[in-house]
Amino acid sequence: MSMGKALPHDAAPLHVTGQARYVDDLSVADALHLAFGLSTVAHGEITELDLSAVRSAPGVVAVLSAEDLPDMPDCSPSAHDEPLLAVGTVHYVGQPVFLVIADSHLAARRAARLGKVSYRELPALLTVDDALAANSRFEQGPVVWAKGDAARAISAAPRIVEGSFEVGGQEHFYLEGQVAAALPQEGGDMVVHSSTQHPTEVQHKVAHALHLPMSAVRVEVRRMGGGFGGKESQGNALAIACAVAARLTGRPARMRYDRDDDMVITGKRHDLRIRYRAGVDDQGRILGLEFTHLFRCGWSQDLSLPVADRAMLHADNCYHLPHVRIESHRLKTNTCSATAYRGFGGPQGMVGIERVLDHVAFVVGREPLEVRKANFYRGMANADASGGDISAKMKGRARGAEVDLSSRGAAAPVGSQELAADGRVQTTPYHMPVEDFIGHELVAELERTSDYRARKAAIAEWNRRSPVLKRGIALTPVKFGISFTLTWLNQAGALVHVYQDGSIALNHGGTEMGQGLFQKVAQVTASVFGVDVGMVKITATDTAKVPNTSATAASSGSDLNGMAAKAAAETIRGRLAEFIAEKHQVKPSTVKFVDGTVRVAGEVYDWARVVAWAYQARVSLSSTGYYATPKIVWDRVKGTGRPFFYFAYGAAVTEVVIDRLTGENRVLRTDILHDTGTSLNPALDVGQVEGAYVQGVGWLTTEELVWDGKGRLATHAPSTYKIPACSDRPDVFNVALWGKPNREDAVGKSKAVGEPPFMLGISALYALSDAVAACGDGSVYPALDAPATAERVLMAVRRVERHV
Amino acid sequence: MSIAFLLNGTPVRIEGEAPTRTLLDWLRETRGLTGTKEGCNEGDCGACTVMVTDAGGSKALNACILFLPQLDGKAVRTVEGISGPEGEMHPVQAAMVAHHGSQCGFCTPGFVVSMAVAHLNGAVDHDDQLAGNLCRCTGYAPIVRAAEAAAEVPVPDRMKADALSLPQISPERSGEAGGLSSGFRPRDSDELADWYLANPGAVLVAGATDVGLWVTKQLRDLSPVAFLGGIEDLKAVEVQGGQLHVGACVTISALREAVKDRLPSFGELLRRYASVQVRNAATIGGNIANGSPIGDGPPALIALGATLHLRRGDEMRSMPLEDFFLEYRKQDRRPGEFVVGVSFPEFAPNLRCYKISKRFDQDISAVCGCFNVAVEGGVVTSARIAFGGMAGVPKRASLAEAALVGRAWTEAVVEAAAEAMAGDFAPLSDMRASAGYRMLTAQNLLRRYFHDLAGVPVSVLEVTP
Repeated sequence: MSMGKALPHDAAPLHVTGQARYVDDLSVADALHLAFGLSTVAHGEITELDLSAVRSAPGVVAVLSAEDLPDMPDCSPSAHDEPLLAVGTVHYVGQPVFLVIADSHLAARRAARLGKVSYRELPALLTVDDALAANSRFEQGPVVWAKGDAARAISAAPRIVEGSFEVGGQEHFYLEGQVAAALPQEGGDMVVHSSTQHPTEVQHKVAHALHLPMSAVRVEVRRMGGGFGGKESQGNALAIACAVAARLTGRPARMRYDRDDDMVITGKRHDLRIRYRAGVDDQGRILGLEFTHLFRCGWSQDLSLPVADRAMLHADNCYHLPHVRIESHRLKTNTCSATAYRGFGGPQGMVGIERVLDHVAFVVGREPLEVRKANFYRGMANADASGGDISAKMKGRARGAEVDLSSRGAAAPVGSQELAADGRVQTTPYHMPVEDFIGHELVAELERTSDYRARKAAIAEWNRRSPVLKRGIALTPVKFGISFTLTWLNQAGALVHVYQDGSIALNHGGTEMGQGLFQKVAQVTASVFGVDVGMVKITATDTAKVPNTSATAASSGSDLNGMAAKAAAETIRGRLAEFIAEKHQVKPSTVKFVDGTVRVAGEVYDWARVVAWAYQARVSLSSTGYYATPKIVWDRVKGTGRPFFYFAYGAAVTEVVIDRLTGENRVLRTDILHDTGTSLNPALDVGQVEGAYVQGVGWLTTEELVWDGKGRLATHAPSTYKIPACSDRPDVFNVALWGKPNREDAVGKSKAVGEPPFMLGISALYALSDAVAACGDGSVYPALDAPATAERVLMAVRRVERHV
Repeated sequence: MSIAFLLNGTPVRIEGEAPTRTLLDWLRETRGLTGTKEGCNEGDCGACTVMVTDAGGSKALNACILFLPQLDGKAVRTVEGISGPEGEMHPVQAAMVAHHGSQCGFCTPGFVVSMAVAHLNGAVDHDDQLAGNLCRCTGYAPIVRAAEAAAEVPVPDRMKADALSLPQISPERSGEAGGLSSGFRPRDSDELADWYLANPGAVLVAGATDVGLWVTKQLRDLSPVAFLGGIEDLKAVEVQGGQLHVGACVTISALREAVKDRLPSFGELLRRYASVQVRNAATIGGNIANGSPIGDGPPALIALGATLHLRRGDEMRSMPLEDFFLEYRKQDRRPGEFVVGVSFPEFAPNLRCYKISKRFDQDISAVCGCFNVAVEGGVVTSARIAFGGMAGVPKRASLAEAALVGRAWTEAVVEAAAEAMAGDFAPLSDMRASAGYRMLTAQNLLRRYFHDLAGVPVSVLEVTP
């Protein structure tokens, strides 16, 4: 059985030999190349647009601006607030103002620099404080979710711990930049190749731009060179531009952003300020807690509302908060539009509560891990999995063709569901019973395998003898909710063909961005047929094969598409079983598909032979499959329900060293224990965990986005924006999988793995906090902001040394 | 313009290409070899890494900032040529598959080439060999596991074939015949001196690790341009009378090799100078002549008391290196004059070079502080302290030096010198660091130096788990 095997990525042999094709590698005859001319001010009215030099530049075929497109295409996945090209006003530095269509990539880039645009500059809101002062926001006011009476619980508490801190954003830095190509077809149809996590979204947006039905647009995605959320909505503009240019010229059009353009134009992880006020007892148990999230969302709405929602949904992490109030502001600023990024707000929510626990432990003078454990949800490892299927109560309402139904930015229906908890089960701040909490056992195991206690003591001793360098250690856990919070997105389709020679073709709605989704789903499919995974041909995601797909996002890819493919394969297997059983006059249920054979009534037939017989007997060997996640129900307005099918858990111990003279810092050792249920492929899962951890540490340490006072991004290339390099990974890096089955009926009893381990990186931030604290006398909390660059670490050291 | 080189073992001759066409664009757009990827187009991500072999051996280079004329007479091997003719995998390719070293796969060809070059050269310092290749998916651990596993497997013969085949390729060296627009390629410094005197407005391209970005990012036209890679007499490193004489066209890799045992702290600084790919291309002459206030070569060289040698036509002159840097991006270099080399003491036991950057590897310094203080009988007899990143030019901390010389080498004197340093610099705030951090860190680096000479551990890089 191939399911559960540690097989390599299906495309690994193609990757390492350079044969794997990405969109820009496709050979397209007679193609035109596009580039955007970008705004140079953060907010301003366009008073004059002189594109004569652009038009007369060598190789230019056409130049488009707002006046050429009276019916301006929209690129937004949510609020229809992102014109392809600026109309009258620009809202951030880097907004596309005009589109160059030329005969080469270089000619297009050169010409795009020649536009003369005059602006009447308007006041630009660049920061959280600017936006708050101007009351510039999405939605009418802050979103508030509450459980119990936080204010009263805090005022009655023995101690109050409060603070505010800044958490930076994060550039995706997918190695393959944004890219698309559009190929005009007969009758005005369009084929689009796009590096996107969301082919259906691109299909919808291109169809809308060209006034075509979705059926006239086909979007194909073989693979992306990394996505991380940055290709959920940010590729729309390129695909639409290509389609518009292809329609205009009748020639294929392709577009890729130069890296600097990519970093300036596209959205990133949301940065935010988090304020907190906690009432605690002397043991550090949280009695009441108030959070305020101040999200800097940028100029357009994009996916900011569900991102900020998910931050609220992860403001508890593994901790039971009996009285809690979370206030979330989604602030509109004149900066690039912050977007989806691995974790989708979850990391921002989680880093907040971990800050609170770190701070509380410091104030009450207890070991931080003890304080964390004292606040854990009640263990429910052996509780019954019943919860009933209540998805039927929450049917999504279609809202007409203009709505991006398949986008996470779509508006959710308003329902009024209350879930009754049985009193024994603790609930989240959004009133969802936490039925599957395994934090106690998982953390205990990691404490043991990482030798946490002994190392903590050894570090304290080492620090006493080291005047300049100080070490620190921290263990932080993760509890991440799995499902799209826009409930109707939790569906998927697949298409499986078995050919008469026994070979199998697999297609589903998920996209491959490196996570190994295609291989996992192929393993699921092969297991249904009892054949080797090599029999399953993996094919490009294609909106003409499987329609109405959700974005490959929210860690949901294998959960959803694996189940859909399984359903399709099981349909075909059922037909084969029925056919062969009838020939042997036995029950279909007695037919076994194992090791490339079909076993029936004591006979063992080769798989391909049975398939050929079935074909000759006129049995259909093709099927679709469909899956919709059960049990979930969610009212985002009230902040109540069961938005998640289940939680994925994990924990990490990170040890760091800092230099108190320069703030330089480094991760020395990391031990991770992560829950992926019964893994579909342990090698791919470990790869996700290792990669996500390092990316998470990057977010909180070296990856600093800097905008200048005019709203220009100063860190727009890898020369100035520093993702982790090879030597930044921990010297000692121990990763283990928890390995126990998901109590919910997910595919193969596995759990989603894409995003949850990203938040294991939070342990590095609090290990740094621990090391900084070792520079002081215990009277001043380090209050470390993120990213904890050498500079921020040094400033925190200065605080605890009481220089400042 | 005519250029001849070997591409994956096959001779190619290129005519009529612009001299600033990059190898990456030519491979992808003209040859249809799309395995080599564009990740950043500025030499910072390594997705475009190719192997280039010349008389000096086989090296990893970034194809995105490598102009075609730089390849004349050399051999290029891309990811497509790392596999065997029948598609058989190279040991690093097989190990990358077996150890799950690729996820999205986009950075993978560049990693494979870097790993194959390191494998060929027997290099096992994997973190350094791969510092110029960024991966966003894996967290690097499986890639290093693959590199370690492949190190046990012999080098395939095809990887050695390029060096053996080089005599088949005679460089075109178009010289004057090629005309100005095609890029002048002098054979020696005399040819360059004459030509540059006649064309003082020309751009001189050595490694193109900075000039490359003028083309790929600023979209500048460099004409007229000269490519200095063929000037053998500027590639020498010689020891004479206790001084190292380093030619302007010596690459940072070669310089590091020359100083790593003699001046280990300078060698360690050069280990962190950009990445393997950039060090293999960049030259010390370019690093100096460029005049950048944040280059890592000049602070160390100034602390060493280096002498710079310049030439204009037949006229040679020399000066203390610090005198060359006049103000931001302005140097004491006359039209038609070029750097021929730099000389500095072979040994300096008290030299310490400290680089502060957001990321340890392949980053530009926020502050680079280099200290060379001589102490005799407990008293400071000389002090040379130079910084990058603290002013518009690489600059000495004269007030701090003055506060040290003639005084006892004690913590109190060092404290006073650190305080005095506040008058030496008025640094800027930028995306790398704030002015306040730069100043405080510069002062603290002097404190670190004091601890360091006393044998107290001061580097987080030397701490083991």
